[in-house]
Amino acid sequence: MMAALLRRTGQTVLVLFGVSVLVFGVFFATPGADPTARIAGRNAAPQVMEKVRHEYGFDRPLPVQYAIMMKKLFITRDLASYTNRGQAVVPEIMRAAPVTASLVCGAAVLWVTVSIFMGTLAAAMKDTWVDRGLMMLGLVGISIPVFWLGQVANLVTQSRYHDTWLFSWVPGLGYVPFAQDPLGWFRALVIPWVVLAVMFIGIYSRVLRHDLVALAGEDFMRTARAKGLSPMRVLLRHGLRTSMVTFVSLFGLDFAQLAGGGALLTEVVFGLPGVGRLTYRALTMLDLPVIMATVMYSAIFVVLANAVVDVVYLFLDPRVRDAR
Amino acid sequence: MVALGVLALMALASLLAPLYAHDVAHTDPFASNVAGTIMLDGREVDIMQPNDNPLHLGLSPIGPTWRAAYLLGADSQGRDVAARLLYGGRNSLLIAAGAAVLCLLLAGVAGIAAGFLGGVVDTLLSRLMDIMWAVPVYLFAISLSIVMVSQSVRLGPFVLHADSLLIPVFIIALVYVPYAARPIRGRVLALRQAEFVTAARGLGVPVWRIMLRDILPNLATTLVMLGPLVMALALLAESALSFLSLGVQAPQASWGTIIQDGEGLIYTRPMVAIAPGLAIVIVVLALNILGDGLRDALDVRDSGRRAS
Amino acid sequence: MPADPPLLAVRDLCVSFPARGRMVPIVEHVSLDLHAGEIVGLVGESGSGKSVTAMALMGLIDSPGVRVTGSALFRGRELVGMPQRQLRRLRGRDIAMIFQDPMTAFTPVYTIGWQIDEQIRAHEKLSRHAARARTVKLLADMGVPDPAHMAQRYPHQLSGGLRQRAMIAMALSCSPALLIADEPTTALDVTVQAQILELLRRLRGTHGASILLITHDMGVVAQTCARTLVLYSGRMAETGPTEAVFDRPGHPYTAALLDAIPPLYGPRPDRLPAIDGIPPQPADRPAGCAFAPRCGHAHETCLPAPPPPVPIGPGQQAACVLPAEGTPLPPRGPMTECTA
Ligand SMILES: Nc1ncnc2c1ncn2[C@@H]1O[C@H](COP(=O)(O)OP(=O)(O)OP(=O)(O)O)[C@@H](O)[C@H]1O
Ligand code: SF4
Ligand SMILES: [Mg+2]
Repeated sequence: MMAALLRRTGQTVLVLFGVSVLVFGVFFATPGADPTARIAGRNAAPQVMEKVRHEYGFDRPLPVQYAIMMKKLFITRDLASYTNRGQAVVPEIMRAAPVTASLVCGAAVLWVTVSIFMGTLAAAMKDTWVDRGLMMLGLVGISIPVFWLGQVANLVTQSRYHDTWLFSWVPGLGYVPFAQDPLGWFRALVIPWVVLAVMFIGIYSRVLRHDLVALAGEDFMRTARAKGLSPMRVLLRHGLRTSMVTFVSLFGLDFAQLAGGGALLTEVVFGLPGVGRLTYRALTMLDLPVIMATVMYSAIFVVLANAVVDVVYLFLDPRVRDAR
Repeated sequence: MVALGVLALMALASLLAPLYAHDVAHTDPFASNVAGTIMLDGREVDIMQPNDNPLHLGLSPIGPTWRAAYLLGADSQGRDVAARLLYGGRNSLLIAAGAAVLCLLLAGVAGIAAGFLGGVVDTLLSRLMDIMWAVPVYLFAISLSIVMVSQSVRLGPFVLHADSLLIPVFIIALVYVPYAARPIRGRVLALRQAEFVTAARGLGVPVWRIMLRDILPNLATTLVMLGPLVMALALLAESALSFLSLGVQAPQASWGTIIQDGEGLIYTRPMVAIAPGLAIVIVVLALNILGDGLRDALDVRDSGRRAS
Repeated sequence: MPADPPLLAVRDLCVSFPARGRMVPIVEHVSLDLHAGEIVGLVGESGSGKSVTAMALMGLIDSPGVRVTGSALFRGRELVGMPQRQLRRLRGRDIAMIFQDPMTAFTPVYTIGWQIDEQIRAHEKLSRHAARARTVKLLADMGVPDPAHMAQRYPHQLSGGLRQRAMIAMALSCSPALLIADEPTTALDVTVQAQILELLRRLRGTHGASILLITHDMGVVAQTCARTLVLYSGRMAETGPTEAVFDRPGHPYTAALLDAIPPLYGPRPDRLPAIDGIPPQPADRPAGCAFAPRCGHAHETCLPAPPPPVPIGPGQQAACVLPAEGTPLPPRGPMTECTA
């Protein structure tokens, strides 16, 4: 067990390193493009260009550039935005993180509960109209671009039907910190939660149903029925519990990707100042340090979350516990 | 079947875009037409009209006329949304299809190499895929786009101009390689164990011949199955990139850029954003249904489940 | 033979599944009697419908469109067509089942003890504690070493033999009157097989269970079962007291199976005579005797319709035209070498 954890940690470090090289490569080592000009911003003065070139070591070999960049990101944390008058990037991300976390956690709760319900119901009613209907609904959910759904949601709740009893409680776009006003926080986030969750509800309910139906042919499910258990108990205690193993690994990946900035489109559409929107703002101003930092942050988050998922796995699946 | 029909219809419609713009609607979907007028019921009407919506001051474009010209109204530059929708569809579909093909090609090469050669190659490629997968897909695509769209990229003799449609194709194909490579690699691994391949190896048939003659044809099923699913993802990605102004560049249109155009008009002229969104939903849904159907039809593995 | 009504009386049991638009009969007209305290063997090659028969008795076949006809009286109650609700109460409590592959028959994410407790508590109002006590006792009865500790282990942590013992313990946990064991030893290695069979034989005395033992191994039948039913391609080939069936087989298929048993004592032949060919697929069974394509005695009378079972001795029946035509197979002599 100890050795397994150590090996896992080693792997994580390796992947982290790989990710940082990849991100660095994308931004600073793409052929035929000068990174100095990008960092300095559009139409920068020659002195600024010179300063940037020196600060980031762009006149030195690539490995040195990489080392300097990592130092600025993680050790001195003084990576600063040039276009935005030297605003430090790392604290900016730290400020945005809680917003993203609120958005993603709420959506996750929603999509996990709804998709477990939908997937299990569909599996229990396999090949009926309920099953087909739910699965088609899921497919529709997967097919909707999230930013467009967000716009339509805004149209409905902010404008068209805002004055009806149904949506009059929806506040204007933006974020309310939880510490400041829990109820306001909740109201501001409900619609974004739903919009973000729709696609994942589609994916997860379909995956879960597929798993449950496949499991129904397994020997242990037959044993469970032969024991005289009720169909409900067989489905939930034996089928669903076993499916949870794949469900959780899938969830870990998606959650990490979203928390790491994958919810960018939702944040932009609903004006939530999270990590994703930070990236977006930087993007519209071509503010390279900020973009790179957020991408790096999210990649690191994803890798770490994957490591956490593996640990959760140990608790969910006794076979894995012994195998490592 | 219905799905296929819908797809064909959408493709056909967007192919006929120029015809529609010139001969039916008589509008130019690419030129700004803020000062223009059109004839409605014998009266001349301004395309940009004053409006009374408190959320949106000033002039706003004309709404859906439900006539040949400006069927779905105009966007903020007075351009015909319906005509742009068709042109945009052409770009969106082309990019999505191109990206899907390129992605499957890359993933196929990577998957075959990893699955068939195994050993170090497999480890390296799999790790690389893990690393690429660690970056959220959209962020990865955005990072690449921002680098490539901000200036032309030179890859040896090839120059990709910043406004080239090939850039989104390339980016989207690249970010979805891990998605497609994994099942392909799994399939290759399974095939490698298959009897006929073992037999061929025993007979001393060279590796590249086994790959070409035995593995590739058998992989075709997997590729065909993945095709529509990857294209659906690619279409969504394209629209997202274009929505963020990182995909198709103006004055070209795609469904994503039209939604972006419509964002500012969402409370006054929602049709500008709703129409292309619906188009995306319909096409992606059709692709997903097609992919699903193909999977059910081609996947023989669990169709023969038995009671014991 | 006991005179009281049998514990389980199956008559004309047929099971068919829909395939490509028509119903394919998998099991046809199977009849058997099983008396209290008896072990009856159900023998046949792979695919002959043994498991389907067992699953049909338990009402466990849930494939869409399946059709089960005939009758199966268990303690006078009809199992065929019994509502699932009532069946559920019988399952696990009055009729229990042991499966072929102990590797996959337990849910991987729960401990063995938890799964046995679950069955006990599904049928009896018992505290968690009392259930666990019974579980441990059962495991000990089945020869599981250190049962209290074993109960806390997960299925994958146990060897195949231990897992099958745990499976039997679970099946016996509510003292069922009938135990259906579907190839309980096939997945185990030879020494463990012998131990499990020994355990099953003892159960009659210790737990008073009657057993329907499904196997494809004539040797196992000879050692264990009082009566035998030979199934070929979903149809009964022969049935009768094991001793009679082994001494004077009335069906060429039975005879061929017997020839394929390696003798336990004496010099082993270099090669066992195997039966040429394979059984027909259920979908294209011949109109006449299903064994005809592989039978050395096949002739015209075998071909028009499946020969019905005819009595050929006390309690013995064979579905073959030979006995009625006055040319029965020669007796093989008393089964000395096979009896345990
Ligand atoms: N749910 C089902 N649907 C359709 N056909 C089935 C189903 N279950 C079993 N069969 C078919 O019934 C036939 C008999 O299967 P069965 O499992 O009863 O054989 P068996 O005698 O138990 O063989 P084995 O020794 O391999 O366990 C097989 O040809 C099988 O394909
Ligand atoms: S009925 Fe004919 S074919 Fe069938 S077993 Fe008897 S002799 Fe052989
Ligand atoms: Mg079987």
